[in-house]
Amino acid sequence: MDNLIIAGKTYSSRLLVGTGKYKDFAETRESIDASGAQIITVAIRRTNIGQNPGEPNLLDILPPSEYTLLPNTAGCYTVDDAVRTLRLARELLDGHSLVKLEVLGDPKTLFPNMVETLKAAEILVKEDFQVMVYTSDDPILARQLEEIGCVAVMPLASLIGSGMGILNPWNLQIIIDNAKVPVIVDAGVGTASDAAIAMELGCDGVLMNTAIAAAQKPVLMASAMRKAVEAGREAYLAGRMTKKLYSASPSSPVTGVISSSSKDRAA
Amino acid sequence: MLKTNTSPNALMIQVTLNGQPQRFDTTSNILQLLDYMNLQGKRIAVERNGEIVPRSQFGEQMLADGDRLEIVVAVGGG
Repeated sequence: MDNLIIAGKTYSSRLLVGTGKYKDFAETRESIDASGAQIITVAIRRTNIGQNPGEPNLLDILPPSEYTLLPNTAGCYTVDDAVRTLRLARELLDGHSLVKLEVLGDPKTLFPNMVETLKAAEILVKEDFQVMVYTSDDPILARQLEEIGCVAVMPLASLIGSGMGILNPWNLQIIIDNAKVPVIVDAGVGTASDAAIAMELGCDGVLMNTAIAAAQKPVLMASAMRKAVEAGREAYLAGRMTKKLYSASPSSPVTGVISSSSKDRAA
Repeated sequence: MLKTNTSPNALMIQVTLNGQPQRFDTTSNILQLLDYMNLQGKRIAVERNGEIVPRSQFGEQMLADGDRLEIVVAVGGG
């Protein structure tokens, strides 16, 4: 079996999905099931204090017994906020240590602040978190995050929520070539072909949220993404043909073509 | 007995709960606070003055004046 292994745990799906931006919990659950994802990200936020006592809880819809929950630090702009958020997440999820670290640097682009990300990663790894880390597509930073002890590096394909697809496949290629931990494209995928391209490059997985949740039919897009990730992975493993402008090598035999001409060409 | 009270009272303490100032009875512990907030038994985590409060200690940790509490849940996100 061709499995994804992260921090020693095996997953058959290489598609990781977020749980935000759906119209309701029913659509969230249905889309996630259609995606086949086993690792799903959640955010950690202040609870409402008594305003809505009967409000349903995301973890009732997506129980930790059925999925590997990946709490994130979305919205955190400092080392301190990110680290505290994940400590709370670990307590919330009964000691679960697999987390997604992202430290943002700018509210307009949601570009990661890599200086703060490196510092936070160091603290979290020392505290025995298994850190999957959102990063810019800089191969040196990706390497440094791996050296710190992150269990997966997750470069952006393009900006969070942009749906712009894979803007710099060459940087991703360098990161993939050098990494000894899984490389997961996180952010920027817009449609199925983007996910397939990421996988064809040799990424170990793809993480997405908006591409599914903001589709006209999220459940159908979730299914499309599942197939795209599988197709891209198989194409990568199969090894594509070489690109060439002129082949002069048709797929059908060149001899034995029937001919109305009196001269037999094959003679 | 836990209760909020807006009138000044020497027996009351003020804590900041999820960024909001709240007044409570001095004898409150975290379990009573959660009970009062209808949060007991819910999937939440609590941080007090920057430190995690393990669930097992909810009934032991007494609120103190000036405490900063964060009570969080998991929500949808990417």
